[in-house]
Amino acid sequence: MVDVTTGGRPDQAASTAPAIELKGISKAFGPVQANKDIAIRVMPGTIHGIIGENGAGKSTLMSILYGFYKADAGEVFIHGRKTEIPDSQAAISAGIGMVFQHFKLVENFSVLENVILGAEDGPLLRPSLAKARGVLKQLAAEYELNVDPDALIQNLSVGHQQRVEILKSLYRQADILILDEPTGVLTPAEADHLFRILDNLRREGKTIILITHKLREIMEITDTVSVMRRGEMTATVKTAETDPAELAELMVGRKVLLRVDKTAATPGKNVLEVRDLRVKDDKGIVRLKGIDLDVHAGEIVGIAGVSGNGQSELLEVLGGYADGTGQITLNGQPLDLTGKHSDGQSRRARGIAHVPEDRQREGLIMNYFAWENAAFGYHRDPKYQSGLLMNHRAMIEDTERKIEKFDVRPPNAHLTAKNFSGGNQQKIVVAREIERDPDLLLVGQPTRGVDIGAIEFIHQQIVALRDQGKAVLLVSVELDEILSLSDRIVVMFDGEIMGYGPAETANQVGLGCLMAGLGGTDTEAMQGWTISDAASAEPVDPSKSLIEAVDEKLHEKEAREARKNG
Amino acid sequence: MDRMPGWADAILVPLISLLLAAFLSALVIIGIGESPVAAFKLMVEGALMRSAGWGYTLYYATNFIFTGLAVAVAFHARMFNIGGEGQAMIGGLGVALVCLYIPWPHWSLALLGSAVGASLFGAAWALIPAYLQAKRGSHIVITTIMFNFIAAALLNYVLVNVLRPVGAMDPATAKFPDATHLPTFQDMFSTAAAPMFRGAPANVTFFLAVIACVLVWLLIWRTRLGYEIRALGHSEPAARYAGISPVRTVVIAMLISGGLAGLMSVNTTQGEAERLILNSIEGAGFIGIAVALMGRNHPLGVFLAAILFGFLYQGGAELALWTTIPRELIVVIQALVILFTGALDNMVRMPLERIFLSLRRRKS
Repeated sequence: MVDVTTGGRPDQAASTAPAIELKGISKAFGPVQANKDIAIRVMPGTIHGIIGENGAGKSTLMSILYGFYKADAGEVFIHGRKTEIPDSQAAISAGIGMVFQHFKLVENFSVLENVILGAEDGPLLRPSLAKARGVLKQLAAEYELNVDPDALIQNLSVGHQQRVEILKSLYRQADILILDEPTGVLTPAEADHLFRILDNLRREGKTIILITHKLREIMEITDTVSVMRRGEMTATVKTAETDPAELAELMVGRKVLLRVDKTAATPGKNVLEVRDLRVKDDKGIVRLKGIDLDVHAGEIVGIAGVSGNGQSELLEVLGGYADGTGQITLNGQPLDLTGKHSDGQSRRARGIAHVPEDRQREGLIMNYFAWENAAFGYHRDPKYQSGLLMNHRAMIEDTERKIEKFDVRPPNAHLTAKNFSGGNQQKIVVAREIERDPDLLLVGQPTRGVDIGAIEFIHQQIVALRDQGKAVLLVSVELDEILSLSDRIVVMFDGEIMGYGPAETANQVGLGCLMAGLGGTDTEAMQGWTISDAASAEPVDPSKSLIEAVDEKLHEKEAREARKNG
Repeated sequence: MDRMPGWADAILVPLISLLLAAFLSALVIIGIGESPVAAFKLMVEGALMRSAGWGYTLYYATNFIFTGLAVAVAFHARMFNIGGEGQAMIGGLGVALVCLYIPWPHWSLALLGSAVGASLFGAAWALIPAYLQAKRGSHIVITTIMFNFIAAALLNYVLVNVLRPVGAMDPATAKFPDATHLPTFQDMFSTAAAPMFRGAPANVTFFLAVIACVLVWLLIWRTRLGYEIRALGHSEPAARYAGISPVRTVVIAMLISGGLAGLMSVNTTQGEAERLILNSIEGAGFIGIAVALMGRNHPLGVFLAAILFGFLYQGGAELALWTTIPRELIVVIQALVILFTGALDNMVRMPLERIFLSLRRRKS
């Protein structure tokens, strides 16, 4: 685990000017005040966390700092000097580096080429490349930032791509690094490695600003933390002097239950039975390699895994919009996997409800009104028809009832979906699916991009459905969510099930290993768990750290897929 | 929050685009050495001040309503049907067959029959591109425009070799029987004392077009099919999630679109020429794209835009008749209107949005 140094560095703080100081930053987009009179001081050699819900103004603030937006008011001081940052070039020359949530890398360039892109020394590439190779080698040794300089980006794992982004900044001699939600795409092991890199950078005197919505990361790595809410900075505290509950309260503005309050499950009969399910996508890549899965009435089965390991395909087959082979039965009756009776309408008719992973692309029509969306997928229900036309009044009344019951805000059925916040959009989807009283609820990433307050509510609704004796299949890349919500956990890697067992005995490290297809002692320590033969049983090479082993395994998988793609 | 009120989006944006297009057209007319004010006066006089002028304006507008609706319906499913031209040509074939080979007792029945024939033939012509798009992923823009050429060639063949009366010189069918003659506005509204719409081709088909507007509005915003078409248009993954078959929905939307385009030829073939000639469509299929763009794919907008383009067509003819301004100038004006209302939409929209935002901020 990372050695966490908290409490700032009094020796440095006293003697030097802050690495970054913002004074009175304000920015409005039309009537929306995205940032309001923001002030921060970040001391050199510290990690400063900025935490807040979606839309709290974190990204706007960082975009101002990186020269993407111009602040309406306020000043920026870098190392005590007042600095104007009109564009990203100015930010780079002021020593600011930014690692975006979505990487800005050229997929079919090598690591080296990406690093020098835009920072070439002359018209000929060779000298720049040679220089970069040397610098990269040195950086790798200093900060554990190991990446093969000649590998193509498209063949690298997400974790490695992120390292390239960090290297790009360091190559441009950034001494202030801003990372925007850096762990969203990483496995727990990769995230640990990232934190170790950040720790090394801090030790060398670099200043790091970490933007995140994950309380655990803030507690783990930062020295100081600022909380943003609705465009304002509500508090800046030393991490050592606070705790997650306090931070959550500062973020949301009221007390929040961080743990899901639920009783032990009382599983009933088997509702969903999946046997030897195989799926090949249109590129010919095998996405599911023979999945066996049971979900009983009255239990929540959580599927853990790094995104892109077959979980989405599993949901799509069950939800009726991808073809597969194998056997699936629901309440003992077989489900069609191809053909006319395998579409979403047939699935709904059989009592399968589905909260899809991507509510903006799949779950909702963003340009439809709330009342149109609240019937989406069930719009052929006779109760929404009157003769040849649709019964809009029935749909609107229905929606108003759901809005009230699920506390959707603003409570206006005549707003289009895109005018609701992420959390309230998700509430509309969850309300639509749960209110149909399904036998089986499929839930994908129920709280992705959802604010803490709504997370609490959505989790309660899912547990309540379980307590009514319904079966719930949950897919999430958030391990915390899997651990707190599930009764049983299944881990998937590369289209296969690596292991399954009760949630009580699972732990982060063991699940992290399984998510990378590794067996070994950490997984065996989880009592009551069945570890699949597919998980590499060979003990991890003692000369390598666990993280290196995980890395290697993920790298292998992505390289394999890249070869197939090419 | 929406950036500006709905009325501004629906009315102000096209209106300003139109003014900009008019301004540039005026510059062109000055360049030719004519007075833009006089030219505009002439257009208004010729197209709108006399009932006969209206008779022409509405005749053209009828065509544009049908082709505009065709583009609009397809567009709600995110299909860009630019094959209205070909679908209308083949629709004309349907009209001709129905009128020539079925002995109709009365024009009203003949109108119904030819409407069915026209829409069936038009829809059939849209079916193949629709199927290719839905099943094979062949781009609808490519296939529909190719089908325009095939339709022209097919019509040519049929008129020259099959339907041309023996001994006739021009590639056209025989004149339709008198029973299929549709009442023109002149027949309907003239009294002995006050002749109206004299010689103008506008006919009862105009009311068919108005009915089509209402039906399309009902279809898109009030029926389950419309709901599914719009859903698919907004997001295909969402449609698949909801169990809406993209293949089926695309094909149905394109059939309706092709049918509407085909209906246009009832106006030109049965209503005006009373026989099927080679070039009865005269580019109305393409004007439909501009009409749909300008009308924001809403039937009411399509109706208004079609009247505007009808005015431009008729006014342009007047210009060519009475001034040295060539008829081609009207194509320039139309192109400018299309450019501003379609392609340069954001140029007008963004400053407007900014104005509305600052107004709102001042208020709050």
